[in-house]
Amino acid sequence: MPKHTIVALVEDRPGVLDHMASLFRRRGFNIESIAVGHSEVPHLSRMTLVVNGANTMVEQVRKQLDKVVDVVKVSDITGDKVITRELALIKVKATSSSRSEIMQVVDIFRAKIVDVAADSVTVEVTGDEAKIDSLLNLLRGFGIKELARTGRIALTRGEISPLPVKKPPKAKGQKATK
Amino acid sequence: MKLTGAQMIGESLVKEGVEVIFGILGGSVLPLYDVLPQYPQLRHILVRHEQGAAHAADGYARATGKVGVCFATSGPGATNLVTGIANACLDSVPIVAITGQVARSFIGKDAFQEVDITGITLPITKHNYLVMDAASIPEIVKEAFHLARTGRPGPVLIDLPRDVQIEQAEFNYPSKINRPSYKPTLKGHPAQIKKAAKLINEAKKPVIIAGRGVTISAAFAELKELVEQAQIPLITTLLGISCFPESHVLSYGMLGMHGMAYANMAVDAADLIIAIGMRFDDRATAKVSAFAPHANVIHIDIDPAEIGKNVRVDVPIVGDVKTVLKELNKQVDSAKRIDWVRQLDEWRREHPSTTIRDSRSILPQYVVRQIYEVTKGEAIIVTGVGQHQMWAAQHYWYDKPNTFISSGGLGTMGFGLPAAIGAKVGCPDSTVWCIDGDGSLQMTIQELATAVQDKVAVKIAVLHNTYLGMVRQWQEMFYGKRYVATPLSSPNFVKIAEAYGLPGLRVERREEVTPAIQQAMAEPGPFLIDFIVEPEENVYPMVPPGAALYEVLEEPKKGAKPKAAKDSAKLPVSNI
Repeated sequence: MPKHTIVALVEDRPGVLDHMASLFRRRGFNIESIAVGHSEVPHLSRMTLVVNGANTMVEQVRKQLDKVVDVVKVSDITGDKVITRELALIKVKATSSSRSEIMQVVDIFRAKIVDVAADSVTVEVTGDEAKIDSLLNLLRGFGIKELARTGRIALTRGEISPLPVKKPPKAKGQKATK
Repeated sequence: MKLTGAQMIGESLVKEGVEVIFGILGGSVLPLYDVLPQYPQLRHILVRHEQGAAHAADGYARATGKVGVCFATSGPGATNLVTGIANACLDSVPIVAITGQVARSFIGKDAFQEVDITGITLPITKHNYLVMDAASIPEIVKEAFHLARTGRPGPVLIDLPRDVQIEQAEFNYPSKINRPSYKPTLKGHPAQIKKAAKLINEAKKPVIIAGRGVTISAAFAELKELVEQAQIPLITTLLGISCFPESHVLSYGMLGMHGMAYANMAVDAADLIIAIGMRFDDRATAKVSAFAPHANVIHIDIDPAEIGKNVRVDVPIVGDVKTVLKELNKQVDSAKRIDWVRQLDEWRREHPSTTIRDSRSILPQYVVRQIYEVTKGEAIIVTGVGQHQMWAAQHYWYDKPNTFISSGGLGTMGFGLPAAIGAKVGCPDSTVWCIDGDGSLQMTIQELATAVQDKVAVKIAVLHNTYLGMVRQWQEMFYGKRYVATPLSSPNFVKIAEAYGLPGLRVERREEVTPAIQQAMAEPGPFLIDFIVEPEENVYPMVPPGAALYEVLEEPKKGAKPKAAKDSAKLPVSNI
């Protein structure tokens, strides 16, 4: 089943997340990741959800989400030109002999070491899912003690936003187009 | 002006034009009930169970087109509303439910009679609120009523902690709501309407399937204009009944599992389906993959999420039915579809579907027909859920708009009596008959006390067959006549009625049926008739579960061997 990235602009009120999650649950979707935070508009939050599901099912859920009163707009941006990022914190086992090797790998991935202890280092990495997965694969050899990953966040490239908040100013004599 | 939270609710309800509240009080709504005498405009009707409050608000809302209001206390009061709220949600009925909640400082501590009712009702309300300060009450109430009645209507719940009810704040009732995210589409897209008109004008065998959306939008005249102008046969869903006069020559009854055989045949043969304010429920479409196999589909609905949900749609039009039909009618040509209409009439002659056979015992269909005769088709008919509901849909002819009230989506047994009370309170000048079954009525029978105490003159016809009849019919047809848990030892309903303080009659002979109905009509107050009907009567026509609309079973001819019952094991699993 294809993976879908769904972005939603929602009013910042209690219960919205609950409502959105329950609509997916009811149709048997597993939410792979979810990320919520403030958007560019005060009182509106932007949510990015990654779900697995058949196209028609995802479209039906998207419409149901759109019906939630607190939801301003929902788009399925799968297949659009988008930038996606995740962040991961990875605590890796490190001995005095392996530490420099780990640092080399981290450098190649343009990741950072944010904490060093006697027997571990903690790596911070951002990037798309594939990048984080491949770094993890390399670090696995050293032994991963702990891992925390954020969900995916996404924005479409360029000027076109799938979530127009304000209407573009109307030019004189020109009819508004949708 | 500073008011308490409770007073703010009262003021706000008055501002919203509320006339009646159905409810039961309890600890968490005491402050709210305490201020009710300050608002004599608000009539409070005390029900006997909160489910009755929600159903009564529902019946009131359907009969009047206004928003129905119900009150309940926290905890069990609130959870008892749940069935009624779900019922209103599935049938798109505007109600506002106000529940008490424990004081703010107790929330989340499993306090006495605390329940997370906003969490519980999240999937069955259009929206809900937990009020955390009194100052927000006016805005919330205004918004709640707006959400309930606009767009696709539905239930809204407001959960009101006890201490918020006594908190004082400035009362300013807003004139409009501030919800940029909520904008129902009313006007249909012109290009889509043009496409739809073209399909209609080219169609040889079109059929309209009209649903409750027509009634909600009060598009009775617009629908009639479309039907007559383009000579399109009209079929309704169960909840679409009474959105179009059933005695009209182009009316072909209801479709679906217990729809008219000829209606189902028409849908099966049609080359164009114009679905108006309906949602292709599985009871209406039967086997979805075999639904209207030769037809293009135009779907007009205010809810975009209904488009393409169950069946593929060729021309979707999202918008308010009345607004869309007004535009569409301008572009639809006058037409005569003589051959098509003649074909349908022939099917109707060959498969009459509503003929009542002669019988010495009282047939439930006969009782419904006699209620039609005595009321001259002028009454509002409210039903419970079960066989009696289908007979009430089939054997009474609804010519007046919005006179059939029934629980369609949720199929809630026990809906009949409280909803009939709500309908009668909303329409005191109309005759309201509750046609119920002995099983269904017993689920909310305590509301007889409500009808007596508040002098609500509902007339109740119990089609008493000593079974949970619809389920028994399924057991007979698909479970080898193994009647597990369907025989009912029902009480003598007349004695029950008398104990509650309303008059009643027990009718056991056919010739007593009509006089009893006449007597009920002559009584000024509520009245109950206990009709002892043929116990194992079946509802026909019937499309067996998993079958296509055209595979309709009709009533076996007298003397003919009934069709061999398929065992449930051989039936497709879809929705049995």
